[in-house]
Amino acid sequence: MPLETIESIAKKLVLSVQDYALLTGRAIGNIFQRPRYIADLIVQADSIGIGSVPIVLLTGFFTGGVLALQSASSLAQFGATAITGELVSLSMIKELGPVLTSLMVSGRNASGMASELGSMMVTEQIDAMRALGTDPVKKLVTPRLYATVIMLFFLTILSDTVGTLGGAVISVFMLGQDGSQYFHTAYQTLQYPDIIQGLVKPIVFGFIIASVGCYYGMTTRGGTQGVGRSTTQAVVVSSVLIIAIDLVISQFMIGVFGR
Amino acid sequence: MVTAPQPTASAVQEDPGQPVLVFEDVSIGFEGKPVLENISFKVSPGDTRILLGPAGSGKSVLLKLANGLIRPDSGTITVFGEEINTMREEQLFQLRGRIGMVFQEGALFDSLTVRDNVAYRLIEQKVPEAEVTQRVLEALRFVELEQTVDKFPSQLSGGMRRRVAIARAIVNRPDLILYDSPTGGLDPITSTTIVELVMKQRDVYHTSSLLVTHRLQDAFSLATHTFDRTENHMVPIPNNGLDPKTNFLMLHDGHLVFDGSTHDLVHSEDPFIKEYLS
Repeated sequence: MPLETIESIAKKLVLSVQDYALLTGRAIGNIFQRPRYIADLIVQADSIGIGSVPIVLLTGFFTGGVLALQSASSLAQFGATAITGELVSLSMIKELGPVLTSLMVSGRNASGMASELGSMMVTEQIDAMRALGTDPVKKLVTPRLYATVIMLFFLTILSDTVGTLGGAVISVFMLGQDGSQYFHTAYQTLQYPDIIQGLVKPIVFGFIIASVGCYYGMTTRGGTQGVGRSTTQAVVVSSVLIIAIDLVISQFMIGVFGR
Repeated sequence: MVTAPQPTASAVQEDPGQPVLVFEDVSIGFEGKPVLENISFKVSPGDTRILLGPAGSGKSVLLKLANGLIRPDSGTITVFGEEINTMREEQLFQLRGRIGMVFQEGALFDSLTVRDNVAYRLIEQKVPEAEVTQRVLEALRFVELEQTVDKFPSQLSGGMRRRVAIARAIVNRPDLILYDSPTGGLDPITSTTIVELVMKQRDVYHTSSLLVTHRLQDAFSLATHTFDRTENHMVPIPNNGLDPKTNFLMLHDGHLVFDGSTHDLVHSEDPFIKEYLS
């Protein structure tokens, strides 16, 4: 590859990181400045949060179920099926709840944000908004960012709960385990560090989903083809970042809390 | 009858002779390629300046520079006596309250009704609801689209969308209007309707404007016609007269190759201008 091309790619990458940092910095700071678009925040919270409830419920339930099925099958070899509830609840709350919920919300909303804002970019609606005296970051990005962070937090709690219930349904009705024992071990094993870990992740992942979705939307160029490209990139980048950052947060939390 | 918004008190300049818009030695390029080079011109109060040039000559870029939507690489742009290239975005939002802009394809917000599109700026400024409704209807009456108030942009024709865009641009009674190819892609009859609206705004409210077009017919209609308020349509200026407040700019390859009156333009000896006009 010619040196010039490598240099040009490196410059573009650095510029993208700079633009992303500036956009997210402004989007975060805008909440402290007037005007605040509270109505837009509520609309986004409804669209992102309430709109995602069905997919989060379904994903959570079946993940918990399959986790119970697989765990019980492995634990049976050691005669330890009694701790199926413990395994399901720890896995759901620390890892699968936050990560799977975020991936589902990313697929649904990072793409939605990128395509919506991207379409507005290529049809000059963003420029029109600026020409009409409105800051598009304040009006479009800030409400999406805060709405995603807030709603993903609650969606994750919902997913954890439904996942644990899904595990219980499988354990009790398919594997013939005792329901009381399942819930007892599921509850007893949880400690505060587990809960904190499970609740910090959706806040970070929510930020990633909204900021990446909005960034790709706001930097869309090249007509409808560009909108398609931005949408795909938003989902790919946010999903990869979620999984990569999950590793970092997990390592950090284990380092801090020792579990 | 004409019932369009009247200019506000802010339309009165601190210095009445002060140019509304001044470009001084402005240059800009994208990805290392120059788009506009050393552009200098001014728009005086009440002037309508028509910016001509072939496609891709940087006309729309120039218009976006005038509104501070993009910033020049060098040179200075002064709007209402304020240098905008060093202003913060928040300050520009204030200044843009005095500028109306009509985008090439209208750029209406497709998720909002016509009413909410036209009222957008007023709603943002927290103007009382009753006044918003009244001013929106005034603006829509000006473009003769009162009946579309509850429709969405997708339910309108291309020409109607441009007219709504004009209504949105004039609803807050701006002191300067920037038109980006308002007739581009429209059929001749619809184009004439749009030109008439631009003329109406010019002759009835004397709003300064900068209009980008590559349609010579529209440009010369503006230079040779005037808006008759009693007849409510445009009529030719008697004795083959020309509108003294309407004059031309021409871009070619990123350079301003003409800045002058209609008379000077049609009598220019510049080979490019002669070829462009032929």
